[in-house]
Amino acid sequence: MTSAALDPLAWLILLPMFWATLAFVLGLGRGAWLAIIGIALQLGLALALAGRLLAGGVPVHPVGGWGAPLGIDLAVDGLAATMLLLTQAVALPLAVYARSYFTGDSSERRFFWPLVGFLLAAMNALFVSADLFNLYVTLELLGLAAVGLVAAGGKVGQTAAALRYLLSTLVGSGAYLLGVAMIYGAYGSVSLSTLAPLVDRQAPAAVHLAAGLMLVGLTVKTALFPFHFWLPPAHGGAPAPVSALLSALVVKASYYLILRLWLGILAPLLAPGAAIAWLAGLLGCGAILWGSFKAIGTPNLKMLVAYSTVAQIGYLFIVFPLLGRTSPGDAALQGSVLHAVAHALAKSAMFTAAGVLVKATGQETIDGLAGVATRLPLTLFAFALAGVTLMGLPPSAGFLAKWLLLGAAIGQGQWLLVAVIVAGGLLAAAYVFRVLRHAFLPAPVAVSSRPVPRMLEWVAFGLAASSVLLGLRGMEILRLLAAGGSS
Amino acid sequence: MTTGMIFAGSGAILFAMGVAGVLLPTHLLRKILAFNIMGSGAFLVLVGLGQRSGEPDPVPQAMVLTGIVVAVAATALALALARRLQRLTGRMELPPEAERD
Amino acid sequence: MTVNETLPLAVIASSLLPGLIIFVLPESQVGLRSALNLLGALTKVILVGVLLAGVHAGETYAFRYAVLPGIDIAFKADALALLFVTLSATLWLLTTIYAIGYLEGAPNRSRFFGFFSLCVTATMGIAMAGNLFTFFIFYELLTLSTYPLVVHRGTPAALSGGNVYLAYTLAGGALLLVGMAWLYGLLGQVEFVHGGVVSTLRPENRGQLQIIFLLLIAGVGVKAALVPLHGWLPQAMVAPAPVSALLHAVAVVKAGAFGIVRIVYEVYGVEFAQSLDLLTPLAVVAAITILWGSLRALFQDDLKKRLAFSTVSQASYIVLGVALFGPAGTIGGLTHLAHQGIMKITLFFCAGNFAETLGTHKVSEMNGSGHRMPATTVAFSIAALGMIGAPFTAGAVSKAWLSEGAEAAGMAWAVWVLAASSLLNAAYFLPILYRAWFRPASAAWPHEHILARGWRETAWLLLLPPLITATAVLAAAIFADSAWSPLSWARLIAQREYLNAAP
Repeated sequence: MTSAALDPLAWLILLPMFWATLAFVLGLGRGAWLAIIGIALQLGLALALAGRLLAGGVPVHPVGGWGAPLGIDLAVDGLAATMLLLTQAVALPLAVYARSYFTGDSSERRFFWPLVGFLLAAMNALFVSADLFNLYVTLELLGLAAVGLVAAGGKVGQTAAALRYLLSTLVGSGAYLLGVAMIYGAYGSVSLSTLAPLVDRQAPAAVHLAAGLMLVGLTVKTALFPFHFWLPPAHGGAPAPVSALLSALVVKASYYLILRLWLGILAPLLAPGAAIAWLAGLLGCGAILWGSFKAIGTPNLKMLVAYSTVAQIGYLFIVFPLLGRTSPGDAALQGSVLHAVAHALAKSAMFTAAGVLVKATGQETIDGLAGVATRLPLTLFAFALAGVTLMGLPPSAGFLAKWLLLGAAIGQGQWLLVAVIVAGGLLAAAYVFRVLRHAFLPAPVAVSSRPVPRMLEWVAFGLAASSVLLGLRGMEILRLLAAGGSS
Repeated sequence: MTTGMIFAGSGAILFAMGVAGVLLPTHLLRKILAFNIMGSGAFLVLVGLGQRSGEPDPVPQAMVLTGIVVAVAATALALALARRLQRLTGRMELPPEAERD
Repeated sequence: MTVNETLPLAVIASSLLPGLIIFVLPESQVGLRSALNLLGALTKVILVGVLLAGVHAGETYAFRYAVLPGIDIAFKADALALLFVTLSATLWLLTTIYAIGYLEGAPNRSRFFGFFSLCVTATMGIAMAGNLFTFFIFYELLTLSTYPLVVHRGTPAALSGGNVYLAYTLAGGALLLVGMAWLYGLLGQVEFVHGGVVSTLRPENRGQLQIIFLLLIAGVGVKAALVPLHGWLPQAMVAPAPVSALLHAVAVVKAGAFGIVRIVYEVYGVEFAQSLDLLTPLAVVAAITILWGSLRALFQDDLKKRLAFSTVSQASYIVLGVALFGPAGTIGGLTHLAHQGIMKITLFFCAGNFAETLGTHKVSEMNGSGHRMPATTVAFSIAALGMIGAPFTAGAVSKAWLSEGAEAAGMAWAVWVLAASSLLNAAYFLPILYRAWFRPASAAWPHEHILARGWRETAWLLLLPPLITATAVLAAAIFADSAWSPLSWARLIAQREYLNAAP
C-alpha cells in the first residue's frame, strides 16, 4: 500500500487533478502559482520515472491494487516516459508564460488553470494507460479540456472554432470507440498486454475493420490532412498559451496512441509497406505540402503558425511506410519521436513568440510586424530559432529528426518521400522568413508599441533555444526511448 | 443470428447514421443529437458483441456506463457552446468557415 | 579533455562567446562592444598562431562528440583547415576594425556585430570540420547568420537581395543534405581523411557515387558561386561593405570553395575522383565560370557589382586548381584561396571607402578619385593589379602555379582559359584605375560624407585595413618562398595529400 501511494506513475495523474480542483475552488482566475508548483513537481516525477526506466526498471502500477484483466493497469515504457517528460517540460514554461500573459479579468483567464490541470491529467493518463478503453476515456477527457480552453475566450470565432473542434474530436473518438468495441467482441479483452499475443495468433476480418476505425478516428484527432480543417481556427484563434499547449502537446497525444497501437497490438496486421502505411505516408506528404502552402499564403500571424502545425504533423506520418517490423533502434521511429519532441518545443516557442508580437503591436497580421526587429529583438530571435527547428536546419533537434527520416527514406530507396522531406524544409523556410522579412522592415512612424512583460519574451526564447540546443543531446532522448523495451 | 449480433448490427447502423448526422445537417442541435445517436450505436455494439457466450458480460456494461457519463459531459459542453453561439450570432448554426482577417 | 582537444573548441568559442554577449548588450555600449569584438578577434588570431606552430611541428588537434548513434560532431585542425582558419581569423580582425569605423553611429549595431561574430564562428566550424556532418552543420549556420547581415539595412532592395540569397543557399543546403545522407547511408561515417574514404566502396556503386558527387558539388557550388548557381552573389551586394567583404573574402564564397576542396580531396580522394571521371567536368564548369564571371564584370557600371562578378570568376580559379589532377594544380588552387581573399577584401574595403567618403558607387563617378583619396586608390590599384596577375603581386604567384598545374595535368586548354581571364580582368580593372588616376575630377562628388583632414582622406579606421591588406598582397608575392607564406603552406598540404594518396 505504501509503495503504491508513493508511485510517481499514479501521482502524475493525481497531482494535476488535485491542483486543478483546488484552483477551481480558489476562485476564478486564481491558482497560477499552485499550477506552476504542481507542474514543477510533475516534472520531477517524470524525471524520476525516466531515471528508474533507464536504470532498468519497468514501472507498472495496478490502480487500487486490482491488476489486469479486471482492473486498470498503468505502465510506462521508453516512448511513454519520453512523452511524459516532454509534456511536463513544455507545460512548465507555458504556465509561467500564461501567468504573465493573462492580465486583468479577461474571460480567457477565468477557467484557464483548472482546465490546464485537467488537460495535463488526461494527457499523462493517456501516456501511461495500458488498456484500450481507458485510453478512450483519457482521449475524451483530453478533448473536452482542450475544447474548453479554446472556447474560454467567448468570441464568435473562438466559440465556432471550439464547436468545430468538439464535433470533430467526438466523431474521432466515436470511431475509435467502435473499433474498441469490435476488438472486445473478438477477443474479450481490452488490455494491451493481453491482446498482443491474441492478435498475433489470429485476426478475423472484424479486427482489421476495427483497426481501420481506430486509426481513422485517431487520425481525425491528430488533424492529419485532409482532416486538418478544424485545427487552424482552433489553434490560431485561441489565446497564445492555449495555442501553444494544443499545438505542441495535444495533437501529439493522439499521435502517440497511433504509434503505440501501430507498433503494439496492430503490428501483426501490418505487413511492412502495407497499403495503409502508404496511405498514411501519402497523406503525410499532402499535409506537408498543403499546410506549408496555406502558411505561406495566410495574412494572419497566428494562423501561419497553426498551418505550420498542419504541415509538421505530416512529418509524423511519413514514417509509417518506412517503419519495419520495428525495434526501438529503428531510425524511422527514432526520427518521428525526435520530430515530435522538437516540434513540441519549437511550436510552443513560436506560438508564445507570436503571442508577444501580437500583444506588442496590437495587430494580428504579418504586415503589422514592421519594425519588430528593432523593438523586440529577443522575441523575434526566439521566433527565428524556433523556425530553424521547423526548417530542420542544424544543429536543432528538428535537424536530427529530419536526418534520421531522410536516412531511412534514402536507405529504402523511397525517393518520393526524400523529395517531400526536403521540399517541406524549404517551404518551412519560405513561411518563417516571410515573418522575419516583415519584421526587418522599418516601422511606420505612427505605430506605437505597447510594453510587454519581459518574462513573456524570455519564456519564448528559452523554449526556442532548447529546441535548437536539444540537437546536441539527441543521444539522451534516443537512450530513453529505447529504455524499458518500447513495444 | 444471436440477439447479440442483432444488437451489434443495429448499433453499427445507428453509428453510421449518427456520423452522417454530425456531418451533414447545418443545425447545431441536430448535429449534437446525431452525436448522441452515434455514441449509442457504439455502446450497442460494445454490449452486443460482448455477449459472446450468450450471457451478459459485466465488463462491457461497466464500460458503457463510463461511456455514457463521458457522452453526457460532451453533450453538455456542446450545448453550452451552441447556446453561446446563438446568443452571439442569433443563429443555431456554425458560421461559414472564412479565413480570419 | 586535453589541450589538443580544447584548442579547436577555443578557436570557435573565441568568436561565439563575444557574439552572444554582444547580442544582449544595450545599443549604447559602444566602447564595451568594440572592446569585446577586438578582444575576440585578437584572441582568435593568437590561438590560431599556436595551432599553426603545432601543426607545422606535426601535432594533431582533434575533438569529437556523439550526437546520434554513429554520428559525431568532429573537429580537426589539420594543415588544410589551418589555411582557411588563418585567412579568416586574420581578415576577420581587419574587417572588425573596418566595420567599427564603417558603422559608427548607425542603428542596430548590437545585432550586426552579434551576427558578424556568429558568421565567423560558422566559418571556423566549416574550416575545422572533421567530417561531412559537421561541415554541413556549420555550412547551414553560415547561411542563417549571414542573412540578417545581408538585410541589415531593412530597405526593400536589401530584403529582396536577402530573399534571393536565401533561396539559393537554402536550396543548395538541401542538395548537400540529400547527397550527404545518401553517402552516410553507404558508408556509415564520412570522415575527412587524406586520400578520401569513398574508394573503399565496391565498384558497383560507381553510378551512385557520381550522382552523390553531383549533389554535393552543387550544394557547396552555390556558395562557391559556380555558374549557373552564382545568381545570388551580385544580388547580395546591397549589404553594407564590411558584409560584402565578409561574404566574398572571409566566409561564404570561401566556404563553398573550401567545401569543394574537402569533398574532392578528403571524401572522394583526388585519384578516385579522377578514376570516376569527375574531375574533368568539374574543371570545365570552373572554366566556364571563370570566363562568364569576367565577361559579366566588364559590363557593370556599379563598382560593387563589378567586384561581385569578379569574385564569381576568381573563386573558380580555386575550383579549377582542385580539378587539375596533380600537385601543381593543388598548390595553385589552395594558394589562390588565400591570395584571392586578401586581394578581394582590399578591393571591397576600398569600394566601401569610396562610397562612404565620397558617395561614389559607380565606376563612371570615379574620375579623379585618386587625387582626393590617394592612399585608398593606391591600395585599390595594388589589389586590382593582383587580380590581373601583374608581377610582384599575390595574383601572379597563384596564376603561375595554376598554369603549371594545367600543363602538368595535360589540360592545355585551361592555360588558355587562364590567359583569357587575365585579359578580361585587365579589361575591367584598368579602366577604373585610369579614371581614378588620370581623369580630372568632376566639380562635386555625389555625396561627400567625410571631409579630408590633412593627410587623412577618410576616417582612419576605414583607411588602415585596406592599407594592411594591400601590403599583404605584395608581401605574399615577394616573400612567397619563405616558410610561412600561403604558398609554402599550400605546398605542405599538397605534399601530404599526394604522399598519402599515392604511397
